Amino acid sequence: MNVVKIATAGSVDDGKSTLIGRILYDTKSLTQDKLEAIEEKSKQRGFDYLDFSLATDGLVAEREQGITIDVAHIYFSTQKTSFIIADTPGHIEYTRNMVTGASNSQASIILVDARNGVVEQTYRHFFINNLLRVKDVIVAVNKMDLVDFSEEKFNQIKGEIEYLAKKSDYQNQNITFIPLSALKGDNVVKSSENTPWYKGETLLNHLENLGAEDTQEASKARFPVQTVIRPKTDEYHDFRGYAGKLYGGDLVVGDSVTVLPSATKSTIKSIQFFDKEYARAKRGSSVNITLEDDVNVSRGDMLVKTGEEPSVVKQLEATICWMDKAPLQASQKYYIKHGVNDVQAKITELTSLIRTDFSGKEETPSQLSLNEIGEVSLKVSKPLFVDSYEENKANGAFIIINPKTNNTSGVGFIK
Amino acid sequence: MNTETIQVGALESEAIYILREVVAQFEKPVLLFSGGKDSITLVRLAQKAFYPAKIPFPLLHIDTGHNFPETIEFRDRLVKELGVELIVRQVQDNIDAGKVKEETGKYASRNMLQTETLLDAIEEFGFDACIGGARRDEEKARAKERIFSVRDDFGQWDEKNQRPELFDMLNGRIDLGQNVRVFPISNWTELDVWSYIQQEQIEIPSIYFAHKRATFIRDGLIWSANDEVVFREEEEEVRERMVRFRTVGDMSCTAAVLSDAIDIDTVVDEIRESTISERGARIDDKRSEAAMEKRKQQGYF
Repeated sequence: MNVVKIATAGSVDDGKSTLIGRILYDTKSLTQDKLEAIEEKSKQRGFDYLDFSLATDGLVAEREQGITIDVAHIYFSTQKTSFIIADTPGHIEYTRNMVTGASNSQASIILVDARNGVVEQTYRHFFINNLLRVKDVIVAVNKMDLVDFSEEKFNQIKGEIEYLAKKSDYQNQNITFIPLSALKGDNVVKSSENTPWYKGETLLNHLENLGAEDTQEASKARFPVQTVIRPKTDEYHDFRGYAGKLYGGDLVVGDSVTVLPSATKSTIKSIQFFDKEYARAKRGSSVNITLEDDVNVSRGDMLVKTGEEPSVVKQLEATICWMDKAPLQASQKYYIKHGVNDVQAKITELTSLIRTDFSGKEETPSQLSLNEIGEVSLKVSKPLFVDSYEENKANGAFIIINPKTNNTSGVGFIK
Repeated sequence: MNTETIQVGALESEAIYILREVVAQFEKPVLLFSGGKDSITLVRLAQKAFYPAKIPFPLLHIDTGHNFPETIEFRDRLVKELGVELIVRQVQDNIDAGKVKEETGKYASRNMLQTETLLDAIEEFGFDACIGGARRDEEKARAKERIFSVRDDFGQWDEKNQRPELFDMLNGRIDLGQNVRVFPISNWTELDVWSYIQQEQIEIPSIYFAHKRATFIRDGLIWSANDEVVFREEEEEVRERMVRFRTVGDMSCTAAVLSDAIDIDTVVDEIRESTISERGARIDDKRSEAAMEKRKQQGYF
């Protein structure tokens, strides 16, 4: 079955959890016992309707405050497709979770409250989906029931976002607008009679028709070696299998490959998955590869097709989203994890801070604080084999780790 | 000449990738093995991840002493077949040593006591990564769990200060004394696990299939009549019923469901049609709205 990963984003009270609860309810994904728990809680709190947000707000603090504060993963499936939703919080201070959610998703739902229209958060969500090159963005104009299902109101919001989209540097993004009411269920799973002027699909129909294939991932084959498999048994005495997950493109037995960083050339002898051999591996597959020649390959090395080499760099320019309370400053040292490769890195220049409302940049800021986005130059202790994020998402991104706390402090998108 | 193409499914490929990262990033990983379907699935994934080499880490079973005998028998057979090391630590030992106190009464369970034994074993062997079969779809607090989840010396989960996980990159850097809980099948649902067991024809303990069992009913749930382990009031009448288990935890907190599903195909059909969640038959989750989150903060798996 197809697996489609979706991130959701919205401001506080846009009704994101309610929307997800509604999808779960209408697709009959809520089991009887969970539904009973929701009914009981809703009644206990004196609500007139079922509070679907209770289905997703998992942590005690969230239930106490009635807000979502961390990424929650929600699973449901229809006849055609399995969906994984990364439900990310709308609070300004939790932007990092939104970036995290979007990094693992091919589609994003941005919620807008029909009464409030486009707000600062909407800009930010939209900006992040541009930055992360999320292919499909669905603008769910929620709470239409509270504006009498006004077409005018809907078109006004649509117009504002379309105006914003023109400023974006990512023009291949598909943006879809859907008027809905998560609370009442209009256009979520069932078409609404309240919006005769809306001719598009319901939210669920739209999601089902997205297709699982992320065409953006199509690029050149990159095979970062995670570990070398050496059974050291009589049967497999000299066996050396390179274990990894294939990104970007396919690899075929007989392909001429180059091992980075040594630039040694060899040929693919076999592609194995468990106890079987294959002629070709499709991207996304975790397989074992053996080479014709006895070359030196270890963790962190990368196999690529000869003639399709990535850039081998010790210095790079990147856009950073900062996720740590301790700010990023020029001249600081960090660890970088690029794929399965770990290096030390020094920020040589903090070039700019990018305003997430599309209003431009601030040159040479003194630091990047939590949830800020900026451009940096950095130097790394050993060469990395990189593509630009635009060319190859998996090989164009890295994370920054604070050496003092070991925390993941930021994410970078290579230019 | 072989002309077949391999496209590893997204969830399986992700799990194998995670297991390989564990072996590459940690010194002393261990797989927490309960004998349940999720940990059996993990073992199959580990086999695939490192084939033709053997699974490069031991299995650790925290034995409550209240396990279903079918599970233990299955465990020992599997370990023998795979030639992997099995470590067993008994909750009973901690009870005997007076380190933990056994619960009493109607809902008494050794489920909570596993935590202490697990933490002791982690310390004893110096495990820095514990691979577990928890899934995000099981429970609300688990829905927020990371794939690499850092625990401090006390095994505590700091849910508000979790590392963001971006793309496929897993940050396994820890300080001495800390360890990481790793959840390779985080993104699988119950149905995904069952479908995989079906697809791979993985053997599982017989209690997952419908069988006749002496049972009694309490609070609308069906319990094994085993007076040594499961508390039963005298008026709670024992009857033979056709049942199976959807999860295999401690006998004292795992209820059965009425079922005629006698093989994997009928089990998968039954799961598809089911209206009760898997943990709906786990009394340990029903103690309070925040039961799982509280247990996790204290180091529960």
